Amino acid sequence: MASSFTRILSSKRNVGILSLVGGSVAAGFLLHREHVTAGEPLRRRYPASAEYPDLRKHNNCMASSLTPAIYAKLCDKATPNGYTLDQAIQTGVDNPGHPFIKTVGLVAGDEESYEVFAELLDPVIKERHNGYDPRTMKHPTDLNASKIQSGVFDERYVLSSRVRTGRSIRGLSLPPACTRAERREVERVVVDALSGLKEDLTGKYYSLTLMTEQEQQQLIDDHFLFDKPVSPLLTCAGMARDWPDGRGIWHNNEKTFLIWINEEDHTRVISMEKGGNMKRVFERFCRGLKEVERLIQERGWEFMWNERLGYILTCPSNLGTGLRAGVHVKLPRLSKDPRFSKILDNLRLQKRGTGGVDTAAVGGVFDISNLDRLGQSEVQLVQTVIDGVNYLIECEKRLEKGQDIKVPAPIKQFK
Amino acid sequence: MPFGNTHNKFKMNYSAEQEFPDLSQHNNHMAKVLTLDMYAQLRDKETPSGFTLDDIIQTGVDNPGHPFIMTVGCVAGDEETYDVFKDLMDPVIEDRHGGYKPSDKHKTDLNAENLEGGDDLDPNYVLSSRVRTGRSIRGFCLPPHCSRGERRAIEQLSIEALDSLEGDLKGKYYALKNMTEEEQQQLIDDHFLFDKPVSPLLLASGMARDWPDARGIWHNDNKTFLVWVNEEDHLRVISMQKGGNMREVFTRFCTGLTKIEDLFKNRGHEFMWNEHLGYVLTCPSNLGTGLRAGVHVKLPNVSKHEKFGEILKRLRLQKRGTGGVDTAAVGGVFDISNADRLGFSEVELVQMVVDGVNLLVNMEKRLEAGEAINDLMPEQK
Repeated sequence: MASSFTRILSSKRNVGILSLVGGSVAAGFLLHREHVTAGEPLRRRYPASAEYPDLRKHNNCMASSLTPAIYAKLCDKATPNGYTLDQAIQTGVDNPGHPFIKTVGLVAGDEESYEVFAELLDPVIKERHNGYDPRTMKHPTDLNASKIQSGVFDERYVLSSRVRTGRSIRGLSLPPACTRAERREVERVVVDALSGLKEDLTGKYYSLTLMTEQEQQQLIDDHFLFDKPVSPLLTCAGMARDWPDGRGIWHNNEKTFLIWINEEDHTRVISMEKGGNMKRVFERFCRGLKEVERLIQERGWEFMWNERLGYILTCPSNLGTGLRAGVHVKLPRLSKDPRFSKILDNLRLQKRGTGGVDTAAVGGVFDISNLDRLGQSEVQLVQTVIDGVNYLIECEKRLEKGQDIKVPAPIKQFK
Repeated sequence: MPFGNTHNKFKMNYSAEQEFPDLSQHNNHMAKVLTLDMYAQLRDKETPSGFTLDDIIQTGVDNPGHPFIMTVGCVAGDEETYDVFKDLMDPVIEDRHGGYKPSDKHKTDLNAENLEGGDDLDPNYVLSSRVRTGRSIRGFCLPPHCSRGERRAIEQLSIEALDSLEGDLKGKYYALKNMTEEEQQQLIDDHFLFDKPVSPLLLASGMARDWPDARGIWHNDNKTFLVWVNEEDHLRVISMQKGGNMREVFTRFCTGLTKIEDLFKNRGHEFMWNEHLGYVLTCPSNLGTGLRAGVHVKLPNVSKHEKFGEILKRLRLQKRGTGGVDTAAVGGVFDISNADRLGFSEVELVQMVVDGVNLLVNMEKRLEAGEAINDLMPEQK
């Protein structure tokens, strides 16, 4: 479905304007019904200053960048599908922030959101992605797994390896905005393509609405089942509407390649296995992604991608590669060393508990993954994780022997 | 509603079948009524402010239902919703309000003089008395659909009107986003403070957007008359006091409401009302009077009687725990209130509560004394 980024639908409505001045209500609210064109909603209209959200207690990227001037400029615009600024920022207005984590505070309703609302999105992207400037920079995509060096970890330390990303189907609205029919279309397109996967990628789809009790239990035991989002960051953006309609899980028979459909993105693609063979995990990841892409292209579809932002996903934090490559690794001594955070920072890695984001580590086992998403390719990010985790394991081994460790020099960000 | 309405023309690219929600697991009034044909007929319509069918039903699609309670499953975004989408709303209203027909007329009676008795419910049993309702300001969108600018305008109008109240109704407004720690604690201690809704029934309709912007609580200095601004409705008006003088509570309720209505009219605004639906509110369950008159009453013996449910049904009353809807009774103390909202006037509903509670207290006394209550069994009202 062709979409012209310059086709910005300006939805100015020719109705009487009620302006509020101070504490008194101006006399008369005028409804000029004869000026309303067919299909244009008749709303009580207020100046942008009366609609501007109160962000004084907010701490998220949207609140940092949304000035009254930018709001005034963008508030009457809509994407060709009708998605508006107010819809994009609703989640950030409703969720002032996290004391420790600076959340993004806005979402895209469709591919064009990133263009129509660029004046807000570009600075948000720049802040979230450590200076990546979408106006001037290009994002490299590289899914050639053969370029990876080493990538098989010491399994006395690394318990499991995993790579995930997301993909959006061009021409269909994203989860915050999609209609039920669009969501079902995403499901149909993706499930149809996945049925064409062969050999070690052969698998099966489990729709959330249709799965049996046994299937559900098995998926829970495998830690594959995703549930309706409870985080207000997600529910306020509207992505949980109509749950569980159009949602499901696909995985290969070997349980090493898994796809979530219509959760936070059109698709989330996950390659994983127990042990430390990150190279093989990434190789399967790239192969699987390329196959799925080929299969949807055969049917006339493609992924949302452009050279400015890479792969387009719902949350601006997942632009570029959308990639998180990580391991569960035992670092009981290193994690207690006061230099641990600095080491991670310099290696451009982040730690999480083994329950995922917002959980704590248990038994000295950490989830270690790449910090960056945009501005570096998939190969570069996975190599960063491999090199970094190897370094962490070396540190752990040294500490085991009573030797000292060194904080590595910070690695360069945009290569 | 930020999620659905701007897409309405775009949705027409897909067929009704492709867009029709899967309601096979659902048990709410909307799901019982909405057929594919009805969906096809109504889906290209919009109210003048742009509220659409999908906006109306989103909460009912997202919340399949409660095993014991039949929820409504739809909301209005503005006054015109009830008209533009009458093909859906009328049967929902009929089902929810005991057979109320599209041609029926609703009687409004806020003259407390018309109430008989009600000033002497036995305070040994009746711990407190309360009457609540809601009001919507005509010309503004309702909480599921209003913009920040509209919501703030509603707050401003309400503050101006309430600030003009005098005598025993004189009071003060506390904006949720500005209140001090002390004010907040006091409001909690008085059981006045309302919080951001957590029920998915409310959240899925979009009424919690931009919380706590333009939300607040007004109450009189005596703490017997309370108004919530921009929670589930534009205004929720509550009159309450300890003890059993429901008459006094209702009198203050009527006086206060009438004064507030006059104050709004003086400023060129009126409440949403029509002779078929009475007062128009966000949830179809609150149409008509929007009135719930209730008491907290000690009924440890009657509540254990096998006919308790039947007695309440005949008296057209309902029981709740003292924490409100969806809570359990504690220590034999129940919240007893009218079950109806539409098709009876305010006076009629409060009369039912007064008469019914008097009867229940008499039954309680009999059972305490070890006597039977068969001769007291009421007829179906």
